[in-house]
Amino acid sequence: MLSLLVFLPLVAAIVLAAVPRLGDAAARWLWLAVAAAEVVLVALVWARYETPTPGRLALDEQVQWIPGVRSSYHVGVDGLSLPLVAMTAVVFLACAVYSLKEARRPRLHAALLLFLQSVSLGLFVSADLILFFVFFDLSIVGMYFLIAGWGHVNAARSALQFFLYTFLGSLALLVGFIGLYVYADPHTFDMVELIAANPLAGHGLAGGLVLAAILLGLAVKTPTVPFHTWLPPAHTDASSVGSAVLAAVLLKMGTYGFVRIAMPMLPEAWRAWAWLIIVVGIVSVLYGALVALAQSNLKRMVAYTSVNHMGYVVMAVGAAGLVASDTASARGIAVTGAVTEMVSHGLITAALFLLVGTLHQRAGTYEMADFGGLAHTAPKLAGLFAVGAFASLGLPALSGFIAEFQVFTGSIAVAPVTAIALFGILITAALFLRALQRVFTGGLHGRSVGFADLHPREVWSTGILLGLSLLIGVYPAPLLAVIEPAASAVVTLLGR
Amino acid sequence: MTHTTANTSVAMTTTTTGLAALALWVLVGLPAVSAGLVIVVPALRRVAAPLATAVSTVVVAASIVVAVGRPTVAFPFVAGSEFALGVDGLSALVVPTVAVVTLLVLVFAAADVREHRARFNGLMLLFSASASLTATALTLPTLLTGWEVMGATSYALIGFWWWEQNRVSAGLTAFLTTRLADLGLYLAAGAAVGAGVGLSLDDFSAASGSGSGTGAGARDVIATGILVAALGKAAQLPFSFWLSRAMAGPSPVSALLHSAAMVAMGGYLLLRAEPLLAATAWAPTVAAWAGVLTALGLGAVAIAQTDLKQLLAASTGSQLGFVVLAAGVGSVAGGTAQLVAHAATKALLFLAAGAWLTALGTKHLDGLLGVARRWPLVGWCATVGAAALAGLPPLSLWATKDAVLAAALEQSPWLYAAGLAAAALSAAYAAKIVVVIWRRPSAVEAADAQAHLDEEQEGTRAVTRWQRIPLLPLAAGAALLGLLALPPLADAVARTVGGGTDGSASPRELAVSGAIAVVVGLAVWRWGTPSPAWAAGWLGLERAAHRVVVDPTLALARRLDQVDRRLDRGVWLLAGSVGGMTGGAGSAARPDDDGGGGGGGGERAASAPRGLAGLSAWLDQALDDTVHGLAGWIRRLGQLARRPQTGQMHHYYLQAVAVLAALLVLLLLPLVVR
Repeated sequence: MLSLLVFLPLVAAIVLAAVPRLGDAAARWLWLAVAAAEVVLVALVWARYETPTPGRLALDEQVQWIPGVRSSYHVGVDGLSLPLVAMTAVVFLACAVYSLKEARRPRLHAALLLFLQSVSLGLFVSADLILFFVFFDLSIVGMYFLIAGWGHVNAARSALQFFLYTFLGSLALLVGFIGLYVYADPHTFDMVELIAANPLAGHGLAGGLVLAAILLGLAVKTPTVPFHTWLPPAHTDASSVGSAVLAAVLLKMGTYGFVRIAMPMLPEAWRAWAWLIIVVGIVSVLYGALVALAQSNLKRMVAYTSVNHMGYVVMAVGAAGLVASDTASARGIAVTGAVTEMVSHGLITAALFLLVGTLHQRAGTYEMADFGGLAHTAPKLAGLFAVGAFASLGLPALSGFIAEFQVFTGSIAVAPVTAIALFGILITAALFLRALQRVFTGGLHGRSVGFADLHPREVWSTGILLGLSLLIGVYPAPLLAVIEPAASAVVTLLGR
Repeated sequence: MTHTTANTSVAMTTTTTGLAALALWVLVGLPAVSAGLVIVVPALRRVAAPLATAVSTVVVAASIVVAVGRPTVAFPFVAGSEFALGVDGLSALVVPTVAVVTLLVLVFAAADVREHRARFNGLMLLFSASASLTATALTLPTLLTGWEVMGATSYALIGFWWWEQNRVSAGLTAFLTTRLADLGLYLAAGAAVGAGVGLSLDDFSAASGSGSGTGAGARDVIATGILVAALGKAAQLPFSFWLSRAMAGPSPVSALLHSAAMVAMGGYLLLRAEPLLAATAWAPTVAAWAGVLTALGLGAVAIAQTDLKQLLAASTGSQLGFVVLAAGVGSVAGGTAQLVAHAATKALLFLAAGAWLTALGTKHLDGLLGVARRWPLVGWCATVGAAALAGLPPLSLWATKDAVLAAALEQSPWLYAAGLAAAALSAAYAAKIVVVIWRRPSAVEAADAQAHLDEEQEGTRAVTRWQRIPLLPLAAGAALLGLLALPPLADAVARTVGGGTDGSASPRELAVSGAIAVVVGLAVWRWGTPSPAWAAGWLGLERAAHRVVVDPTLALARRLDQVDRRLDRGVWLLAGSVGGMTGGAGSAARPDDDGGGGGGGGERAASAPRGLAGLSAWLDQALDDTVHGLAGWIRRLGQLARRPQTGQMHHYYLQAVAVLAALLVLLLLPLVVR
């Protein structure tokens, strides 16, 4: 089941890449069909999913792969990965709908995105570090080509910077993985075994070094301050779909690594370094929000809000490491909030990037000063962007609130100093409302004149994403029922 | 080692079923869903106004059912808490008030707001849903949901005429100011979970009463958070300035948001949290003085205004000061009566102001001279409202305010004296309205009034029947709702709302305040009112907020943006010196310096306080030095190693891999040793 989910897009990608005779239209529709099938498959997986006993994965499959180093093709899901798998499938479907009119090399575009979907899903279901690493690096390669091939302005340079930076980060990650392998007895790359083994327990210094390598790799990918500088140019110069996938899915690979690998496999080191992680989280929240506030380029602004939102996740998982008696439930709330934030940010930011992309597509610029009164000519865009903006600033009844409320209550409960980060949601509100005002309100002028409002495919693609955000915001129970047991399992593992 | 599931501290709400429970869902759910449909579905857009009125009528019925049936409903929500709604004695009085005012305002608006009706009615319905949600919330996440959605719809309604930037920015001011205060609720939630008392609103006070659940520290933090959030929403000092800006919205918006809901919900939250405040040593005193000082300060501001809506806005903050005072002195019943009576009174006055604005195109007092003579029904209704506002016996606010002041006298004579002074100010600004609208203008004044006509919008020179009808029930409310604070009803109200320590005002206190109202009213009629500049400008609060908060934040943001661009350059420089591709990267490493710095207002950055900007400048320089130093160091290292500096990518990779391989060897060493 999971393997089908992972490899179906890859097969489709190979078909698309290998059969040039397929017309552009056929390529677009094939992509859409596969993306829709993936969502159906995810729904089936979700329906069949039962919370596994702690230390196990649901729906797991294991095949021998590199027995010499005890690395196998091992996949499975739990409450940490299933929501991300579902979010990934939805985001790629939205991208497929959005790209129905993609004019530039649509066949290769579809193939590349299907490839990216495969590696993203593969990463989230991986239960083996080598497998995880392979998918991690393939995602970087795929995204490199997507930015370089379909981006604009300085795409080649930004893509290169993205590639070098995150690839170097992934090497650090590999070093950390090998450290885990080396210290495990017997040596293994299997995540489930590594989590059970807690291989670096009692090795204070080595544990710290291994964690440092893994954190460095994940911090670059997430990204956290100060390793975030690849992100704004990559986003500014990537295509809309590229930005949406990059922000929604690829950034989550970093934060997912925290809860899947770093926390449960290195609990002792994580507890020792919890305060550093919290501080990095708080700094990312405030720094990301403030720098976003100073932007005049709308897409760059949205890009910086990702640094801010990922800061909440980092802060929450850091706070979860402050193990003390009586705080298990609060730390559980923090981790639940962090995972919810990953899903929520994926949906909302993907929608925002798709919407913002229409500005460049129609008017050739993202500069806010070039627009004004855009709501006159593009009321649908204005309405959807407003919903996306409010979702992103954490307005209740939308998913961002569910995530951030839990992040904050959990974090403040164990580390009151994290209340400083509350100013993040205020600054985010300020920057989104300022942007909304500058671009959409006032008298019609600049590039807003003659701007064509959203096409149905653009309305639907972003509508799906924001609709889900609304659904989660009003009735989060089905999602949280999946996340909560896994979050409390992580908290328990951290207590070892 | 801890083995606890995340859910241990969730106290499940006991829910009820039946008609009342259904009505509670309808109360919140129906307007919320209708709002979405009215805005999105084209077929419904055309019938937005009648549909909204119909929905609102159903909501009034539902509010009465829940007030009688007192249901509780819930479903699972965020980790550690539920989405729980319930009606108790306090909300049984407030929920129908909000529902009735909403209906009357929507009826008025159907005649008054003639364009963009779908958006208007949709937003008003969404607002009404969130106000009901706020009033019935049983847990903190539920409260926050209603509370902040209320703020967001208020943003959209204040900026309803979005093609005028200043109105949108007024909405932005309102949203950001209230959200700043809302952070208190997030803080309170964290403190409550940290103390292990859970997120149920009743548990805050219950646990704090027992003294074992929440420690003194946590209880104080929770109380602080709730107090700050409530003061922000209720436009109390020092947050008041957003309410002045909020007058940029349509008048019916003010008639709902700035009378019965939104602002009133700030006072309501404090009444609800009164047991929690009372459980701390300091919160009642702080709340009482915050309330009474706002009543005084904004009373003075109201007197100085020359714009009717601005006057009413200041008066709203001032009157809610009495509600906040009530929460501080434990007069929950008196505060509730004041809240309900003020809702009717102020909705009435805002609707009258709106009717005149639509008809004459002005809300300037000079433009409204003698307007009551032109439309007598509206004039008389407004007069009843103003007289009630003045605290003239036997009208509503006279009795309700005295109930609060009686409780204040038990706490401190100073509070009582300050409250009486604020009451005198109310009488003065209310009298100012009455004098203006009934005055026969002299020839000069008439010419002046003529000049103000149509200054805001094209006037219709007519007040339609459906603009007049909603005024009548509101006038009745403004006249009669004082009964809630007088025997025999006062005791029943006190029993219903519970909590607090209520006694009603003595006849002597009632006589004193009545006399003050009469005397001040006559004095204003005879001599007029002063208009000091400090009060006319709302105490300079908005300017202060810009100077102290907004400008430094923007300056810091711009500095950090520069820091960030340098950091990016530094990374390229570093990469270049490692890989020997300084030449290639150097030319590429000219990241987009254009377009930076954020939008407009460079001179503001210069005038910003040195503190924050100075710090970030230092940070900037230090970062730059470090990056350059590190880059140079690595470059020398590279030269030492005499690597061929070909500037090609694969060399860069090779060296990166070499460094990592070295790390790897370090890690593998223990294995070999073992």
